[in-house]
Amino acid sequence: MTLWINLFLSFAKIGLFGFGGGLAMLPIIFQTAKVFGMDDPGEFGNLVAISQVTPGPLAINAATYVGYYTDSLPGALAATIGVAIPSFVMVLLVSYFVEKFKKSRIVAGALAGVRPVTVGLVGAAGYFMLGAMARDWNWIAGGILLGTILLSGKWKVNPFLLIGIAGVIGAFLIR
Amino acid sequence: MIIELFLTFLKLGLFTIGGGMAMIPLLKDEMVNKKKWLTEEEMQDCLSVSQGLPGVIAVNMATYIGYRKRGTLGAVVSTIGVIIPSFVAIILVIEILEQVSTSPYVKGAIAGVKAVATALILLATYQVGRQALRAPLHFIMAGVTLVAVGILSMNAVYAILAGCAVGIGLAFLKSEEVEEVKDEEGRDDIMD
Repeated sequence: MTLWINLFLSFAKIGLFGFGGGLAMLPIIFQTAKVFGMDDPGEFGNLVAISQVTPGPLAINAATYVGYYTDSLPGALAATIGVAIPSFVMVLLVSYFVEKFKKSRIVAGALAGVRPVTVGLVGAAGYFMLGAMARDWNWIAGGILLGTILLSGKWKVNPFLLIGIAGVIGAFLIR
Repeated sequence: MIIELFLTFLKLGLFTIGGGMAMIPLLKDEMVNKKKWLTEEEMQDCLSVSQGLPGVIAVNMATYIGYRKRGTLGAVVSTIGVIIPSFVAIILVIEILEQVSTSPYVKGAIAGVKAVATALILLATYQVGRQALRAPLHFIMAGVTLVAVGILSMNAVYAILAGCAVGIGLAFLKSEEVEEVKDEEGRDDIMD
């Protein structure tokens, strides 16, 4: 009973303070997931990888994942609704004064200040993922990492093709 | 209309892979070109509100458009629509993985996918960094955040609040400078 209330409140906090989209929200999600017992970096790696490759917005996927992992269906509902509610309420409020919102010096300043922070947060998520990989280091996985950076970053190969190929390579070669 | 809103956002939720940013081109095409629910300009408003507010960008956009089209009920059904695919897909994936998680093939496949996910996040850091970091101060702020949150495990919420505070402070400093310049120009005029 109290578990799902805690999940709801924790994810509402993520919805309230998460700026810059799903990737930048990952460190807060990670810190929250830790509180609910997902303190293994490998488990965080699973959470991020599965949330990224499953259909749906990343932050919603991650909320459902942590909620379901912690308290099955009630937990999944509580976390998912929790992460969405602040967005919902704030957008309804702001849509009454869109013009004011767009012209506000405070809003523009806050946004300008938070943007570099979100870059650091996405970087922190990358650092966590690297840490998870380093813990049970595998050379083939390392090769996939480098290969993806080259193929996706330099030659713009479709990431979902790469995910498929990496899944197959991993299934047969990573032990 | 209510059902159409629900189904449209259900579809958008289903075809979004990655963050809400990935949804933007799809949403634009659907709303402006196909359904003609929004003009180009209204779409811009929707994006600046959705990206300017905290929270899940996809939910922000669904709420905004749903509300514009059919009030609070429209906002509710659009939001539920964009959430449902995630909810169902993630639970299915967890359940299926639990059944097969002891298989070495599945473990290997997950390790492979994790490596790609890691690479994509590192690339995203570089890409958003190239766009957003335009002054030495920006690099310092991003670097401090990375170290404080990533390595020293500081609460990420503090980093966000600090960023907002710095940004608001700078915005007010700048506007005061502009006013001072104006004052000086005014005085020059009087002296002439």
